[in-house]
Amino acid sequence: METELRVARRISATKERKKSSWVRQLWDGRWCYLFAAPALILATMFTFYPIVSSWYFSLLQWSGFTADKTFVGLANYVELVQDKYFWDAFLRSFQFMIVGVPIQLTLALLVAIVLNDQALKLSPLFRTMFFLPVVTTAAIVGMLMTLILSPFNGPVNGVLRDLHLITQPIDFLGSPQTTLWTVIAVYIWKWLGQPMIYWLAALQTIPRELYEAAKVDGAGWWRQLWSITLPLIVPFAIVIILVTAVGALHVFPLIQTLTGGGPFFATEVMEVYIYRVAFGGETGMGTPRLGYASAAGVFFGVAVMVLALMQAWGARSLRDFRSDLQSL
Amino acid sequence: MALAFSRPRRRTRAQALPRRWSGSSRRAMIASLILIPICLLWIYPFLWMISASLKPNAEFFQGTGLIPASPQWSNYVRAWQNARIGDYFFNSVIVTVSSVAIATITGAMIGYVLGRFSFPGKKLIMGLFVATVFIPQGYTIIPVFEIVNRLGLADTLWGVILAEAGGVNVLSILLFAGYFAQLPRELEEAAQMDGAGFLRVFWSIMLPLSKPVIASTIILRFITIWNSFLLPLVLTLSRPALRTLAVGIYAFRGEYYVDWSGMAAAATISLLPVIIMFILLQRYFVEGISGAVKQ
Repeated sequence: METELRVARRISATKERKKSSWVRQLWDGRWCYLFAAPALILATMFTFYPIVSSWYFSLLQWSGFTADKTFVGLANYVELVQDKYFWDAFLRSFQFMIVGVPIQLTLALLVAIVLNDQALKLSPLFRTMFFLPVVTTAAIVGMLMTLILSPFNGPVNGVLRDLHLITQPIDFLGSPQTTLWTVIAVYIWKWLGQPMIYWLAALQTIPRELYEAAKVDGAGWWRQLWSITLPLIVPFAIVIILVTAVGALHVFPLIQTLTGGGPFFATEVMEVYIYRVAFGGETGMGTPRLGYASAAGVFFGVAVMVLALMQAWGARSLRDFRSDLQSL
Repeated sequence: MALAFSRPRRRTRAQALPRRWSGSSRRAMIASLILIPICLLWIYPFLWMISASLKPNAEFFQGTGLIPASPQWSNYVRAWQNARIGDYFFNSVIVTVSSVAIATITGAMIGYVLGRFSFPGKKLIMGLFVATVFIPQGYTIIPVFEIVNRLGLADTLWGVILAEAGGVNVLSILLFAGYFAQLPRELEEAAQMDGAGFLRVFWSIMLPLSKPVIASTIILRFITIWNSFLLPLVLTLSRPALRTLAVGIYAFRGEYYVDWSGMAAAATISLLPVIIMFILLQRYFVEGISGAVKQ
């Protein structure tokens, strides 16, 4: 009975609590702390602490597996800005994003608009098929794709040859010119379903009456798309773009299993570079350099953060702009 | 107004024209005719995988047809025995189910108190979680590896489970907090009249009401954790028995890289159950993901 009373008091009487002492406030909030504790402890161990220690590690000369650590200050960062492989990987990650994300989002929006048609009875079936690759394990898809795209009579080359489109098989994943584009294409295929569902959710928030009204006014399909659909999903677009763009920078499982960053580093995006530096590469030939890899991670993290902040800023100014428009 | 006008108009048109010729259903028909081949092409890799898993290695790359002449079930036996796919599948299921469960329950608990109560330190906790989205992360896998070792969890699946569950979970915490914050106060007050305590109110009233958010969290975490590769890869480097499916097949390719049929069989064993599960539960997947956007 006593606890029930306390609960009631805590919930309803905020005024009373403000007057009471600090210790009392903590005691009153004990259930809250108890409930927050599991998530906080887990996050501290596996999110907060690792982030902070990765900053510290970036200042060390350390292989990661021995007790032999030397504090070297910013030496890792100085070396990093002169490292050609780092900058190549850095730019490649953004190239991957700048090419992949607009194509992925446009295709996803296109599919979503077509599937959102009420008259399309097979829509759930199509939706399921487009979404299917999203639930499959990225690393396994990567390995599967190396077989499908194989230049040695893999099915894709087989079909292209049977259609007489090519005479020589294309080495999709073996030649430095094509590989990055192939990887981007596989990435788009693998993850298209996710933004498609986001767009569908956004489209479903548009009231049907608007379209009905537009039809009465004689607006055609394109006109409806341009004047109703697109303007109304802009607020969602910002979130969807952000989520998808950040996702495109985290493609380690797919690329590691598709190409391992090869051939000749042609698909070595940031995460693959960091993995190679941190663990000395697949063959174990290189020296593991965890301190240096952490520095690369922090540097890249700052770039991603700047990107996210720019997006957030863009979203806010757009919202301000829209509310200005409405108040006119 | 719009509705009032459009309804009679539609009826007259339906009378004038046979239904199949009306504009919208003709458009839908054309869309279907275009989409069917595209969708089949879209899932072709999976169809090919199943077909290839039943071919002998010598015929692996012959022909683009999907029906194998004589199904070679021995590929599956090889994948099951040499690649130990059975063990890895079991590991993957245990890791995914446990860490999704832990992440969802702890997320609901912290979301509940953050969304519904004010207590000293609340803003700090909220700030910490939101900050993880923006602050730059270095290479966090090694500190995670270090913690798992120090806790003595390296020899069990618990290391991978807890590390997956403790990964950044901000979205679902914010979803829970936002959802709980907008539920009416009367719910708790009525329950307290009946003598329900803090735990009872949460467990029997609040939690059941948050089903949509629970579904979203489960689905999003499931996709993330089932796709996870780097974390189990690094945590099981020296302990092959703990490998998850993705890591196990990656290692299998390293050891038996010419056994393509075995690879395809292993990939089929690992992908097919999830594909089937997704097809059965697809409504929940779609609602779960779109729920996350709408809020």
